[in-house]
Order: sequence, then C-alpha cells, then structure tokens
Amino acid sequence: MNPAARKPVEQLRESMRRDRQWRFMYSTLDLELDVSQGVILYLEGLHVSFDGFKAINDLNFYVNAGELRCVIGPNGAGKTTMMDIITGKTRPDGGTASFGRSIDLLQLSEPEIAALGIGRKFQKPTVFESHTVFQNLELAMAGDKRVFPTLFARLTGEQRDRIHEVLTTIGLQELLDQDAGALSHGQKQWLEIGMLLMQDPQLLLVDEPVAGMTHQEMDRTAELLLSLEGRHSVVVVEHDMDFVRSIAKRVTVLHQGAVLAEGSMDEVQNDPRVIEVYLGE
Amino acid sequence: MVLGRLLRDDRGGQAMLAVLLLVAVLVPILNLVVPEGNPWHVSTYTVTLLGKYLTYALLAVAVDLVWGYLGILSLGHAAFFGLGGYAMGMYLMRQIGDRGVYGHPVLPDFMVFLNWTELPWFWQGFDMFWFAVLMAILVPGVLAFVFGYLAFRSRVTGVYLSIMTQALTYALMLAFFRNEMGFGGNNGLTDFKDILGFDLTNDTTRIGLFLASALTLALGYLACRFIVTSRLGRVAVAIRDAEARTRFIGYRVDHVKLAIFTFSAMLAGIAGALYVPQVGIINPGEFSPLNSIELVIWVAIGGRATLYGAVIGAVLVNYGKTYFTGAFPEAWLFALGALFVLVTLFLPKGIAGLFSQAVTWWRVRRPRERTARVTP
Repeated sequence: MNPAARKPVEQLRESMRRDRQWRFMYSTLDLELDVSQGVILYLEGLHVSFDGFKAINDLNFYVNAGELRCVIGPNGAGKTTMMDIITGKTRPDGGTASFGRSIDLLQLSEPEIAALGIGRKFQKPTVFESHTVFQNLELAMAGDKRVFPTLFARLTGEQRDRIHEVLTTIGLQELLDQDAGALSHGQKQWLEIGMLLMQDPQLLLVDEPVAGMTHQEMDRTAELLLSLEGRHSVVVVEHDMDFVRSIAKRVTVLHQGAVLAEGSMDEVQNDPRVIEVYLGE
Repeated sequence: MVLGRLLRDDRGGQAMLAVLLLVAVLVPILNLVVPEGNPWHVSTYTVTLLGKYLTYALLAVAVDLVWGYLGILSLGHAAFFGLGGYAMGMYLMRQIGDRGVYGHPVLPDFMVFLNWTELPWFWQGFDMFWFAVLMAILVPGVLAFVFGYLAFRSRVTGVYLSIMTQALTYALMLAFFRNEMGFGGNNGLTDFKDILGFDLTNDTTRIGLFLASALTLALGYLACRFIVTSRLGRVAVAIRDAEARTRFIGYRVDHVKLAIFTFSAMLAGIAGALYVPQVGIINPGEFSPLNSIELVIWVAIGGRATLYGAVIGAVLVNYGKTYFTGAFPEAWLFALGALFVLVTLFLPKGIAGLFSQAVTWWRVRRPRERTARVTP
C-alpha cells in the first residue's frame, strides 16, 4: 500500500503504536548504537517507488549484530535500492529504518551515516593507484581528517598495528609497499574491503564482491568475508550462487521489492516459491 | 633530523640542494674574490641572471605543488608572482624618496606626472620593508583564498578551473595597465635606487639578493617537501587521482585544495618579491597569460610531481631562453615549442623521469641487491 494514500487515522494509529519511539522525545545528538536486542539493523515496512514502479514494497529486513548475511534475488528485486536506503542515498516513501534500536537512519545524511559506522563497498573498486597498499589503508583510517591535523599527522604504534592487522585480514601483507595500481582486480577488491575495515564500521554492505574474479580469488574472498563474521555485521549482495553457498549461513531472497524467503541456503533453494522466481513457471 | 626525514627517498632533491649549496658558495667567491681579468671570474650580470633563475625555480616549485600533487592546472600563477613583485616594487619606489626625476619627497615620479597631490591609501606603509614583505605574501594569499574558496566550493575542476585562472591573470593585467590604478600603468615600477639602504647597483647587494634567492628556494623546497611527504600530501595525490573517492572516505576535498592552493600562491608571491629587485622593473607584462603558460611548460619539461624537476626545468628553460634570445632572437619560441613537443613525446615524465629511469636501470643491473631490498 502506498503510504501517501494512507488515511490520516491510520497514520495516527501507526504513530501511537506502543513499540514506537517518538523522535522528538530523544535528542538527535544521542547517536549511541544500541544493539541490546542483538539486532543491528531494522528495516520495517519500507516503500519506495520510482515513477510508479515499486522498487521496494513493504520490505521487512533485520540483521543481527555480528551476522554475515547474504541477499540474493533476480534483477530488479530491489537489492541495490535497499542498500541505497540504508546508506542515505535514497529516501523511502514510507516505513522506518534504524541502526541499532535508537538511531533513525532516515533522519541522517550520507556522510553522517558513514561516520556512524555503516561502510559500503561499491561494485567497481576504486583505490588510490599511485599510493602503496599501506598508504591506501592509512588514508582510509578513521580519525581527524581536517587539513592541519592531517598535515601534522604521524602514525602511532597502535595505528600501525591496526593497519597491519587489516593487512593480514585481507591477505595483502606481502604487498604492503606495492603501488595499488599494480594490483590485480581481485586484490583491489580486497584492498577496498580493507579500506572499509580501517574506518571501523559496525555494519558492512558489500555489493557484488566477486564479480569478475577467478575461482581462486573467489575462495579467498569467501575466507575474508567469513573471517569478518562476529566482529562486524556484514550484508553481502551477490549473484553468484556457488559463492553464496560457500559463505552463507542465512540467506534472504528478495523479489519485487519484498522478502520472498529467508533461511539457510538449503531451505531457500528447496522453497518452491524461490524455484518459481528463479526458474520461471 | 627533520631534514633527513624530508629528503629520505628524494635523491633528486638531495642532488639539487647540494648543487644549490655549491653554487651559493662558489658564485660569490668567483665574483668578489677572483679578479675581473681571470677566466674564472663570474660577472655581476651573470650573478643577477642566476638569481633571477632561482626565483623562477621557486615559482616553478609552487606550480608543481598544485599541478603535480593536487592536479590543479593553474594557468594563472604568474598573477601571484606579479602581485608579490608589485608589493616589493612599491617598497623600492618609496625608497627612492626625493631622488626621483621630479624630486618630490614622497610621491613617485609617475604620480607627479599624473598631477596627483597625495599618496593613495594603498601606498601607505610601503615605506617599511617588513610591511612590503608581509603584503608580498598576504595579497597573493588572500586573492588565492577568495578565488579558491569560490571555485573549490562550487566543485569547479579540470579545464574549467584552468580557464578561470587564466582569466584571473588576464583581468589583473588589464587592470594594472590602467594609469588610474596607481601602479604606474604601462611602464610599471622601475628606476629603483636601493633596498634596506644598500645600493642596488652594488656588487655586494647583488650577491646578497642572489644568496637570499638561493636560501628562499631551499626553504621553499623543504616546505613543499614537508607538505608532500605528510599525510596531507598523500591526501592531495588521492584527490588528484580519485577526487570523489577521497571525499567518500571523509576528507573535505575543498578545504585541502584551498589550503595547498593558497600556500602555493604565497610562495609564488615571495618569488616575485625576490625577482623585482634583481631585475629592476615590474610591469603589467608579468601578468600576461603567456607567462603563466610558459611556467607550466618549465614544470612539464622538468618533470611533473617531482618538485626538484620543477627547479631543473625552470633553470634549464630559462638558460635556454637567455641564450636563444641573444643568439637567435626569432628562433626562441620555435625552440620552446619544439622542446615541449619533444619532451611530451619522448620524456612524458620530464627530465626528472629520465633521472629516475637511469636509477631503475642501474638497480635492475644489480638484481641481488634488489631482492634483498624487497622484504619490508
């Protein structure tokens, strides 16, 4: 149902629901991430339409803290639009999106959301080609990024350790002094994930990480994403079924802007509705 | 210790500074101690010429900082150089005092000629050296800050920005050509007598100015190295290569650009202030768009994004210019054009690129050392 067409009475009823928190009741500056319920991302009743086309249609989607979740779905299922809503790029017509229990994502701008700890990796990797792998990670590191602090910035031992830790995670510690421009496609993808990790994100959104990768590179990417589980919450959008099977514990299938099925890979694959969507009638 | 950190991994810079030091020690000795008839004697004319090259080199370093490292192709840097030069020229004019042709105690000759009766407000204070130096730095800095603030905030980049900088220097040239502006119009400022009480025609004053240029070039070079080797320098290169990505990581791209652009303009202003007492004249021709383009060519020939390459390029091209305009006056522009085409075709990284290629070639010839070097 389009929210614009909702009756005022229903809107009022909605806002009086007992589990609703009224925005004006708490300070907008209080952006403490609250995951006491074990859930880091709540998307409820989201609607988005572009010129009448319903890209997202009553979407309800939850991600647990520390979970690695895969999202699959045919083209036009709303996967990218969902990512856009979470990162603040697209504003929904209705519904709620919150980070933890208290942070309303729909009230925040893109940079604010990024600063809160939601990192996104786009499909096409962009790394700084004339800098070394190490310097790429250094630049991406969370910290004071104003002009003069940057001019006089020196790496502390702690920060150096952090960079080496991430280098180990993404498996590029051998190549730390190599120019990023000389890396292979797969290595650039890992470096980009590493740059995301340097910003200490709570939630990582990864869009098609293995597009254009060799099988070997896919295996390493799977290992990398699995190693993040527990420390970061990760949402992976991917087309490649073999890859999804190799990493997924829980899979969400989107179809026509709503969740069609959710569960383990086996459950999802044997779901007759999913088979119908993917294989046709 | 700081010096060591700035010049580590900078073989070219080490060599350049060493040569600069050598020249700064030898030239005064060869000029003042060695008698005139001796073949080793360096004439005062040559000393002044070298001093002029050094101020050009400082200007080229300033251009290389914004073009090579930040990706802003400024085609108007001669404007900042010219403004710095005018500030120093105004001080030198005030120093003339009543020794002008008309003998007015305060007003420079051109103002008497224009029937002005008192000094315009913007000429106040320029009888003090420190004030003139301050203005030589501040005026280009403020202009660059305002210009950059408007341009970078509106995210004007690439060729559009280059055209705007070109328009800036052209507009300044037209303005300074006007007599009513109060800067001597077409003739500019000239006929200087002395600086800080020292006679400008004196050999020792010339040597002093030459040494000041050498010292300022060294300090300016090190200041730029400090920026380039800092994290801010790496952010600048990141902006040059992938501006949107840098913004996405959380850096304020417009602030970084504004800071470095303004610093570069101040450096150009200092170079201009050193240039004028040595050349003895400053006129609106310095703002000509051609000058700004020419100095971009110095940087391209020397090697973009290698600071010391800018020094080499500026000195070599200007030496060539001095030689050619003396020997074959008509051929100079053809020679400059040919040089630019040849360097673009065969030396895309300029003369400095040739230098580092030679180093690489030398290292490849000794593979054993190379493998020992790879492990971090």
